[in-house]
Amino acid sequence: MRRFLLEGLIRPPLTEAAPEPDAAAVEALGQAFAQAGRETLGRSLAIRQVDAGSCNGCELEIQALSNPYYDLERFGLHFVASPRHADVLLVTGPVTRNMAEALRRTYDATPGPKWVIAVGDCAKGGGCFAGSYAIAGGVAAVVPVDLHIPGCPPDPVALLKGLLALVERMRTGTGTG
Amino acid sequence: MTDLPDLAWTRSRDFRASPFTATPVSRQEWETLTQALAGGMFTMMSLWGEEGAACMALHDPLTRRVAVARLAAASGVFPSVGVHHAPAQRLERAAADLFGLVPEGAADARPWLDHGRWEIAHPLGAASANPGQPTYRFLPVYGESLNEVPVGPVHAGIIEPGHFRFTAQGETVVRLEERLGYVHKGIDRLMRGASLARGAELAARTSGDSTVGYSWAFAQAVEAALCVAVPERAFRLRGLMAEVERLANHLGDIGAICNDAAFAMMQAQMSVLREKVLRAAQEAFGHRFMRDRIVPGGVASDLDAEGEGVLRALVAEVRDRFPPLVDLYDNTASLLDRTVATGSVSADLVRRFGAGGYVGRASGRDFDTRRDLRYAPYDMLKLDVPVQAEGDVNARVWIRIREVEQSCSLITQMLNALPRGALRTDVAQAGEPREGLGLIEGFRGDILVWLSLDAEGRIRRCHMRDPSWFQWPLLEAAIEGNIIADFPLCNKSFNCSYSGHDL
Repeated sequence: MRRFLLEGLIRPPLTEAAPEPDAAAVEALGQAFAQAGRETLGRSLAIRQVDAGSCNGCELEIQALSNPYYDLERFGLHFVASPRHADVLLVTGPVTRNMAEALRRTYDATPGPKWVIAVGDCAKGGGCFAGSYAIAGGVAAVVPVDLHIPGCPPDPVALLKGLLALVERMRTGTGTG
Repeated sequence: MTDLPDLAWTRSRDFRASPFTATPVSRQEWETLTQALAGGMFTMMSLWGEEGAACMALHDPLTRRVAVARLAAASGVFPSVGVHHAPAQRLERAAADLFGLVPEGAADARPWLDHGRWEIAHPLGAASANPGQPTYRFLPVYGESLNEVPVGPVHAGIIEPGHFRFTAQGETVVRLEERLGYVHKGIDRLMRGASLARGAELAARTSGDSTVGYSWAFAQAVEAALCVAVPERAFRLRGLMAEVERLANHLGDIGAICNDAAFAMMQAQMSVLREKVLRAAQEAFGHRFMRDRIVPGGVASDLDAEGEGVLRALVAEVRDRFPPLVDLYDNTASLLDRTVATGSVSADLVRRFGAGGYVGRASGRDFDTRRDLRYAPYDMLKLDVPVQAEGDVNARVWIRIREVEQSCSLITQMLNALPRGALRTDVAQAGEPREGLGLIEGFRGDILVWLSLDAEGRIRRCHMRDPSWFQWPLLEAAIEGNIIADFPLCNKSFNCSYSGHDL
């Protein structure tokens, strides 16, 4: 145990420089931040992840955001265990019909102002599962979506870029919207 | 017992190279097989519905052969296997939901995957308008001072959705009942009529953490059905990808289990190793999860000299950094206090359910398809299959630790003898209907794919059975007598797939 603690003090951190926020996403989010700015949220965003039907690939990369390389918390972003504590819902998957109500109720349980980020190719229109009797559609078919991060699955850097776009919008206040 | 029906028992080397012959059985023969399963003579590998038939795949551990029995069920009923052999129950309920096939005499007739919300009922059968389902009734629990704790489908962590209904007496769990099906995407129906390329796409997205495993099992079924000769180099590259996938998942799991026992440092250290594995996969194969890299006929991407170097460096790094972490695990009494004797599963249950992977091997079931139903490239490699007897969370951690070491060894063996040559063979159509079986060892256990193709090479039926089907029910047994606070720990030590199970 001591060895690892000592190493932690001596070795340089593994954490990598932050990527630039995704410019297109910053643009897309302009509208979303029109009503609520920095005053409301400070510099911190609480994220609630909801798997609405994914294959679990996106979950693996979202989990990776917390590893020492990406260290999501340094940006003031952190995952919370309840939608009641969340500002942002990070939703993955094509929304299955069996999960649609659970997603809607999670959204309803999230206090405003709130934003929804749809993650992964399936989250947009259902991806390769579109048209199935068991799929309600993409995330937007069930709750309003503010930003979509594509990828199958999006890697942690792509996820970070999207999330940083959100922070960037927050920092610049009400933005262009 | 009446005489066992004469099934076409097939050796691994035969069903991997040629189409699989399912044996038609009579109703009475089906019932005899059910008795044999209940008596522990065979292991059930899967049970599934087809248009007008019910099928089951059986494994005879003594002769190491596999057979598929098919019972015509034109009238839509078949004698329940689950009423005598519990592992079949949820598979039967799923077949009933998908096809409308009724397992006669079943002890549990509740729907499983169908929550009454699909557009249609029996999507692979009559596909009629869905009348909805009555409120799901959880099994009744009787006793004094019981309280019920419903959890999910939306969970507190970054994990998949499912519902757990705990009944506790004080802190102690006296019953857990799972309800799954929330991430059912209708993959079986999407498969029907699909091209092989589309089928491969869907298979690779059945359970994201096992994308290599599913792609391989699907490709194997296709190649067996159509007698495709896969190039030697492709086999090796598949093996490399599968072991890299196993490494990534096991390292992640070991960290996550310790994290659920509030030992966050292990999680941090393991997540670093896991990230290194994923980055190596990206560099060597072009995708962090190596998705869509295995295709029917071979592999879609080559490994160049640089990629080989990356994998060698990865193995060296894991061999350097992993052992001290294992020591840390083994020398932290407060951590072992949580994992030892927690969430025990008996050897008998594991054997009856034919539970694969670390769940089976941690409870004494000495089975690994890479060794017992061998397939290339593992037929040329040295593999030690670790087995433990204790069946607790600690044993499941140790199986993973040993398998990390094995994967490192296998990767090195494969890199040391990597043949040159083609990556892919063209998959030619047979001009007649064919059937094939795919069976591989994913990180979680054995993944089975049963594939029926029509004369044009389109998919008539594709049944994919995740290892979780025979592990989820054992989690209900593992938690009994433990406290609710230890459930995340037990659950993580199983790490069953929701998506692979719900399909």
